[in-house]
Amino acid sequence: MNRIDTLFQQKKNNVLSVYFTAGHPELNSTASILGELEASGVEMVEIGMPFSDPLADGPVIQDSSSKALKNGMTLKLLFDQLKDIRKDVKIPLLLMGYINPVLQYGVENFCKKCRETGIDGVILPDLPMDIYEESFRKCFEDNGVHFIFLITPQTSDERIRMIDSISGGFIYMVSSAATTGAKSTIAEKQIEYFNRVKALNLKNPLVIGFGISNHETFASACRYANGAIIGSAFVKMLDKATDMKSDIRKFVKEVLG
Amino acid sequence: MKHSPDERGFFGKFGGAYIPEMLQANIEELRENYLRIMNSENFQQQFHKLMKDYVGRPSPLYYASRLSQHYGTNIYLKREDLNHTGSHKVNNTIGQILLAKELGKSRIIAETGAGQHGVATATVCALMGLQCVVYMGETDVKRQMPNVLRMQMLGATVVPAMSGNRTLKDAGNEALRDWISNPVDTYYLIGSVVGPHPFPDMVARFQSIISEEIRWQLKEQTGNGLPDYVLACIGGGSNAMGAFYHFIEDPSVKLVAVEAAGLGVDSGETAASIAKGTEGVIQGARTMLMQTDDGQIIEPYSISAGLDYPGIGPAHAHLHDIGREIVIDATDKEALDAAFQLTRLEGIIPALESAHALAGLAKMKFKSDDVVVVNISGRGDKDMDTYIKYMSK
Repeated sequence: MNRIDTLFQQKKNNVLSVYFTAGHPELNSTASILGELEASGVEMVEIGMPFSDPLADGPVIQDSSSKALKNGMTLKLLFDQLKDIRKDVKIPLLLMGYINPVLQYGVENFCKKCRETGIDGVILPDLPMDIYEESFRKCFEDNGVHFIFLITPQTSDERIRMIDSISGGFIYMVSSAATTGAKSTIAEKQIEYFNRVKALNLKNPLVIGFGISNHETFASACRYANGAIIGSAFVKMLDKATDMKSDIRKFVKEVLG
Repeated sequence: MKHSPDERGFFGKFGGAYIPEMLQANIEELRENYLRIMNSENFQQQFHKLMKDYVGRPSPLYYASRLSQHYGTNIYLKREDLNHTGSHKVNNTIGQILLAKELGKSRIIAETGAGQHGVATATVCALMGLQCVVYMGETDVKRQMPNVLRMQMLGATVVPAMSGNRTLKDAGNEALRDWISNPVDTYYLIGSVVGPHPFPDMVARFQSIISEEIRWQLKEQTGNGLPDYVLACIGGGSNAMGAFYHFIEDPSVKLVAVEAAGLGVDSGETAASIAKGTEGVIQGARTMLMQTDDGQIIEPYSISAGLDYPGIGPAHAHLHDIGREIVIDATDKEALDAAFQLTRLEGIIPALESAHALAGLAKMKFKSDDVVVVNISGRGDKDMDTYIKYMSK
């Protein structure tokens, strides 16, 4: 069974997921960050595949992506780094990035490699639903890899139901109209939107991301969803970390409260 | 029409709308409304009135006799440089601002390279009393300062884009991020036939007035509305698409797009997206772009800020793919020489972008009775610094 499904069967609340960009801060830090996150109690990780033109990302993740690319990160190298990851890390792992590098790698190769590596899900925000269904869905499903869709405050109920019907794993609920990392509190209007989506009783779990940065925002997001994702705040911390191991533990401990 | 995209925005295998969910609602609103609004009588009336009384259309089609003599053929210049604001860009901004108003938007954002589209956007925002924010790569802010100052005088806020090479692509990325963050009141007034559907088709339709005029002007002057060649420069490709549009279904008319080769197509410092590109997705569209094997977009280079873009409009990628469009290229130096040649032979100082189209003349073999139309997309005022430096060398 896909590890994401197992996770949400066992745990319905307060699932903490963390995003970081592969190849940042160091080219070879990917595996050690993953190990540390699991050991700290993080339950799911999105590994960012860096892209030169990350449209949906704010300054922090843009910066980590360009540093990672400068360090020499490529999708091929990332799969090499993750080759033996399942010997150590048991929590669900996802790859998150943009469609163009995946197209150049080849979609079939990519899905196959995800299965071999033990990647449970993929998030590609700029692959729209209709093109996914037409040309990508079969490949992902044949390889047992969940494709995760985003929804935003502007997504209609009808479209959310459509997304729910073709999604697996969970639905990534973008907390507000913004690129990654922009906000630091959760406003009234967002709560309206969280409640609206919650009331739809979707078949997929909901995980809130964008603008989740600390214990407070994590806890309030978890009131409306099964879990939440922290990205920019974690990446920013990595940038300044002096002792990565203990800094990661400290960060996760503070978020979990 | 053959050159209209299918309902999902594909021209053959190119185009589409590869956008994050955050942009979905906005793009859907546009997709569902643009043709209805554009085709309404009220819109057409306002658009054509502004084109005539405000922009100064039709722009002249001028028989350049000394240039013709030099190349031993018959060269006509389509004078988009004589439009209000100094380039073809205003055809599109007038169209889109009317559309934005109809959709009830109050804040306009745009990207710009050379600043021509930024100026044209700031102009129509002043005209309509709408708030205007223009993203411009920091590199371009420096090399196109007169246009930055013009935008500011027109009341626009110019925001330097600090990512990548700090040129046109990066300005586009920042504009898209702004749109993601302001999805309700803001309209993204894109400057070229690039980006997600329906932008490439919409901008092409607004710019198609160029070829519509060439047809009847040429008929008036020569008795035949069909030239043998139409030449235009191509970055994203809006002036080229406008100049080609009404000739696409006339196979006798050869459509020639001139890309910016920068220091040379194989120099590593180029913006020739067809010559050096492969298929991929950039800024919401599947098209030809310059990228690494790993799918990272390569930073382009051209002396011309308006052509300094690593991709190309999806309709151009398609027309090239099916053999309808000939794509050649010109280096920085060739473009500079062509600019001086036109200036000395005809007394017209073209924009550096348009100078690439002119440089294409020397690379083609024309017969003495051929009729060749070159689209002079903009005037050279903004490039005087570059020209003066070149002159003193």
